[in-house]
Amino acid sequence: MEKSSLLEMRGICKYFPNVRALEQVDFTLREGEIHALMGENGAGKSTLIKVLTGVYPKDGGEIRLSGKHVSIRSPQDAQNAGISTVYQEITLCPNLTVAENMFIGRTKGQLTNWKKINTHAGELLDSLGIPALPQQQLGSCSIAVQQMVAIARAVDMECKVLILDEPTSSLDEQEVEKLFKLMLSLKKKGVGIIFVTHFLEQVYEVCDRITVLRDGQLVGEYIIEDLPRVKLVSKMLGKELDDMADIKSDADTAKIDYSSTPVYEAQKLAGTTGIKPFDFAIRKGEVNGFTGLLGSGRSECVRAIYGADKVTGGIVKMDGKQINITKPLDAMKHGIFYLAEDRKRDGIVGDLSVRENIILALQVLKGFFRPISRAQAEAFADEYIKLLKIKTASSDTPIKSLSGGNQQKVILARWLLANPIYLILDEPTRGIDIGTKIEIQKLVLKLAAEGKSVTFISSEIDEMLRTCSRLIVMRDGRVVGELSGEDLTQNKIMATIAGGES
Amino acid sequence: MATSQNLLQPKQTTGGIVTKIFSKQIVIPLIALMALVLFNLIADPSFFHITLKETNDGYNVLAGNIISVIDYGSELAILAIGMTLVTSSSGGQDISVGATIAIAGSVVMRVLCGENSAPTELQSSIIVAFIVAVIVSMLFGAFNGVLVAYFKIQPMVATLIMFTAGRSIAGWINENKIMNISPECSREFAYFGNNIPGIPVPTPVFIAAACMIIIALVLKFTNLRLYSQSVGINPNSSKLNGINPQTVKLITYVILGVCVAVAGFIKVSRLSTINYSTIGKDIEMDVILAVALGGNPLGGGKFNITASIIGAYVIQMLTTTLTKYDVKSTEIPAYKAIVVIILVVVSAPVVRQKMTQLKKKLTASKVGKEVS
Amino acid sequence: MKKLVKMLVSSAVVASMAIGLSACSAGGGTGSTQAPTQAAPTEGTTAAAQTEAPVDTGDGLIKVGIINNDPNESGYRTANDRDMKATFTEENGYEASFFYSLKNEDQIAAAQKFIQDEVDYLLISAAGTSGWDSVLQDAKNAGIKVILFDRTIDADESLYEASIVSDMAKEGQTAVDWLASQGLSEYNIIHIQGVMGSSAQIGRSGALDTKVAAEANWNIITQQTGNWSAEEAQQIVQAQIDAGKKFNVIYAENDDMAKGAVQALDKAGISHGVGKDVIIIGFDCNKWALQELLAGNWNYDGQCNPFQASYINDIIKNGAKQKTVIMEEKGFDASKITQADVDQYGI
Repeated sequence: MEKSSLLEMRGICKYFPNVRALEQVDFTLREGEIHALMGENGAGKSTLIKVLTGVYPKDGGEIRLSGKHVSIRSPQDAQNAGISTVYQEITLCPNLTVAENMFIGRTKGQLTNWKKINTHAGELLDSLGIPALPQQQLGSCSIAVQQMVAIARAVDMECKVLILDEPTSSLDEQEVEKLFKLMLSLKKKGVGIIFVTHFLEQVYEVCDRITVLRDGQLVGEYIIEDLPRVKLVSKMLGKELDDMADIKSDADTAKIDYSSTPVYEAQKLAGTTGIKPFDFAIRKGEVNGFTGLLGSGRSECVRAIYGADKVTGGIVKMDGKQINITKPLDAMKHGIFYLAEDRKRDGIVGDLSVRENIILALQVLKGFFRPISRAQAEAFADEYIKLLKIKTASSDTPIKSLSGGNQQKVILARWLLANPIYLILDEPTRGIDIGTKIEIQKLVLKLAAEGKSVTFISSEIDEMLRTCSRLIVMRDGRVVGELSGEDLTQNKIMATIAGGES
Repeated sequence: MATSQNLLQPKQTTGGIVTKIFSKQIVIPLIALMALVLFNLIADPSFFHITLKETNDGYNVLAGNIISVIDYGSELAILAIGMTLVTSSSGGQDISVGATIAIAGSVVMRVLCGENSAPTELQSSIIVAFIVAVIVSMLFGAFNGVLVAYFKIQPMVATLIMFTAGRSIAGWINENKIMNISPECSREFAYFGNNIPGIPVPTPVFIAAACMIIIALVLKFTNLRLYSQSVGINPNSSKLNGINPQTVKLITYVILGVCVAVAGFIKVSRLSTINYSTIGKDIEMDVILAVALGGNPLGGGKFNITASIIGAYVIQMLTTTLTKYDVKSTEIPAYKAIVVIILVVVSAPVVRQKMTQLKKKLTASKVGKEVS
Repeated sequence: MKKLVKMLVSSAVVASMAIGLSACSAGGGTGSTQAPTQAAPTEGTTAAAQTEAPVDTGDGLIKVGIINNDPNESGYRTANDRDMKATFTEENGYEASFFYSLKNEDQIAAAQKFIQDEVDYLLISAAGTSGWDSVLQDAKNAGIKVILFDRTIDADESLYEASIVSDMAKEGQTAVDWLASQGLSEYNIIHIQGVMGSSAQIGRSGALDTKVAAEANWNIITQQTGNWSAEEAQQIVQAQIDAGKKFNVIYAENDDMAKGAVQALDKAGISHGVGKDVIIIGFDCNKWALQELLAGNWNYDGQCNPFQASYINDIIKNGAKQKTVIMEEKGFDASKITQADVDQYGI
């Protein structure tokens, strides 16, 4: 066992200010093995990769390569030691040729024999079965081929350990197949591959082993046959299968009349963001949720509902009447509001004051020529600062100087002020403290009690169980199940997320 | 530690007030203005003398360096309004304003003179010429705006097109003739760039004031400020809040177009003629400098038009001061460059950080001494 | 594809503006004071370079290839181009092709093309002074005669027939001589220069500088560049007035700047022109400037002759008498100018 192990990482620790990113993590990679590194966001996957490739210095632990202790202080060290990385984003130059990309920065001396290099590159591409010509401009190749060229470059640098960080996220199915073929042929050559992905199907297709991380700690290393999907999901989420604590009281669900006309209904709604057309409906006073692993398409679905991304088809009805939502303003006019997943990027307007951030949506709804007076705006802002207990020096403070949780409350205040009929909250609790999380959950239930409809998305399943009476489960851009009532259990949810056997 | 923090508390509040005042955007141009005023007071107080002079036409008008500053600063101030908005919404600057002033001026002259380069009477009324110029300028503004908003070209690159082509277009509008409106043809035309008989204050000052009032009203009665700032700070978020970032950007460029038309109109009226190759030359740099001097972030977002306008007059005062002291006009840009350097350095985040660190250190050591 | 769309959109915008403009100006008057000899059409040229195909009218005509700067460059250039077009016509026995560019390389390339087209004469107003040797050698080998006009180049004299130029220093000297002849007891001069380093500025400044250095009663109050711009000149003079400086001469190196200066004087109630407090000197003889002279508002305007065509015509028809032909250039005194002068020499 030890003999064939290529890379051993033992007791790796990495601390950031106030964060314990990695704590005593072990990781072992064997020759000719494809090893999946799994974990939800913030589990420590990328930190581990960055420690291994010398981007971050480690705060503790040891790295051994083929049994020998190595010290990796920079990406250059890692490369010299035979550890190569191919990132999700192509880091090559699209305006150079394939061969140039494969050899750039690696030629020694002033003179470069391009003819020789082209021949060599051609041989290498052939041997790996990559459908590209050495003199072809890289930009003219498909993303998958570009990805493969990046791998070829890595392989040619006598790499023993190849790290693929989310290589498949921008590829279509056929392209993924091609990539897998390449991975398997490398495996035969004895290369150890660390495969970081969030696509469960793909893990079960090519990987031999899985190492699961959670909250910066090692959960365990498993041989793929020993770990069915549902177990993997439970390991990743940190919920034991039999942890069946049913938090949701049936009292709320009982009130919802499922035979009534939905407040909002979508049929075969389709967008350009890679989700399959889906049906969806929500009723008055209902809280439902989209669940699934990261990248499963849950955000894309609600963005399609809101018109945030381009909608390509489907019928949308409100209270039974067909409406047209092609841009956020359309949705807003119908009382549909959306709290975006990425608060920094899509939520706050950083330099503007808390007050301006709160009134923004209402102001847009009132129209360009009807500004809210300063006094009115202050009254609104003060009201919601009090109501949501937003901690800010004044309503004049720029929102960017607030803590994450308070920023999120300001955004919530923005939508509440606009008086929603149907409110979509995409990861409203991400990255904020426990206290605020619970406040937000309570708020959601209160809104529902007031007769508003809410869609709630969260990576934390128990949070969704606490708030939602119905869950739409997504996998790989598809709606794969809908759970309500009795079925709302961790086990059932995880099983549906995992799909396949179980 | 706890005691020192307690000691720090009152100090920070007094220091806090000072910091607060200095963090106000408008302070930057005001300090620059005060520095210039102070310099002139010391060097030659006659800079501030204002006299009543009789013109060759027999009217009394105010004269003096200060009058020159507010007179010649009018176009800059008007353009600074539009440039501030463009900067806020699109995070970049329009470098074509000089060239589009040439276009606007040419349109005014062409409409007034018709085919004749030196007409004996105006071919249409002045107001018609002005309106046509405004419309044409708005179209050119929209052209820039479309490139920036819809084709997502960097503002400087997008407006480089008009910067390059504008003066040729202006020449072509005029059929390369040098148009000239003599006093015999129309006395009134010269009023807009000079003085209206009997009113001693130059007309451009009134026009600039009118523009300022209009923009103040626009900002009060519309959401232009909120929209433009939101779009400039975070277009993604603005979009999800129902604002169309493209439209907002386009609007600001069209507004700048109107400002360009007004400034171009004043410029041609000043001399009653136009030379499209020299009119408004390099004015874009002064305007951008005014916006920067106003403390507006050139990367977009928050803005303060009052500060920009003060910035514009500061630039003009600098020009007038330098001209007064016989600094060669070829050297004036070098002095302006010094202003830019100071501005850039002072507003650089690195410097600001260093300054706060320094201040903290000073207070800390002071406190430390007090404790010991 | 996207690029194409962008281009289409941008050209559509420009085109729509053009339509709007011509519609606006259509109501303008038709009474033209343009001299009939200069009525050659001027094309709307937005591009910096353009060629016009020669009209093939059979034999007997002298083929000339004319390489000029962009007529949009200045009023001077426009007048120059008009003059060339009016002279090299079929009626006068020419078949002329024109090429315009402000770029030296483009001009050289055009010259190369004219040589291939086997023109008889190559007329060049070069944008830059260097780089012409080889193409002129080619022309010589092909038996094509080269005549330079308006601007000289750094090439061996044997490579061209003649060069017809203005003598800017002489223009300045004529003006300064005229000023001296006014016999003022004291000359306090505001000197507004053109773009520094341009040949016109060097020539026109040189004569005045020499005179001021030589004469005790000639003083320069201020010497600044107005960059050929009326606005800048106005501000320069304004600043002098505001500073309370006394002066009695404004020596502006072009008409625009003289006009700007006069504007400042008018505002300050300072009289100018014939028999008044301040003498106004301008250059270039724009028609409107000559009219100011005629009205007595200005005192003197120095010509910068853009009409080289007749000199070239003479050389082609009668042969070159010397290598460098300096054109006759007048200076106009307000007390002597006539309406006929305005019509004939105004550009």
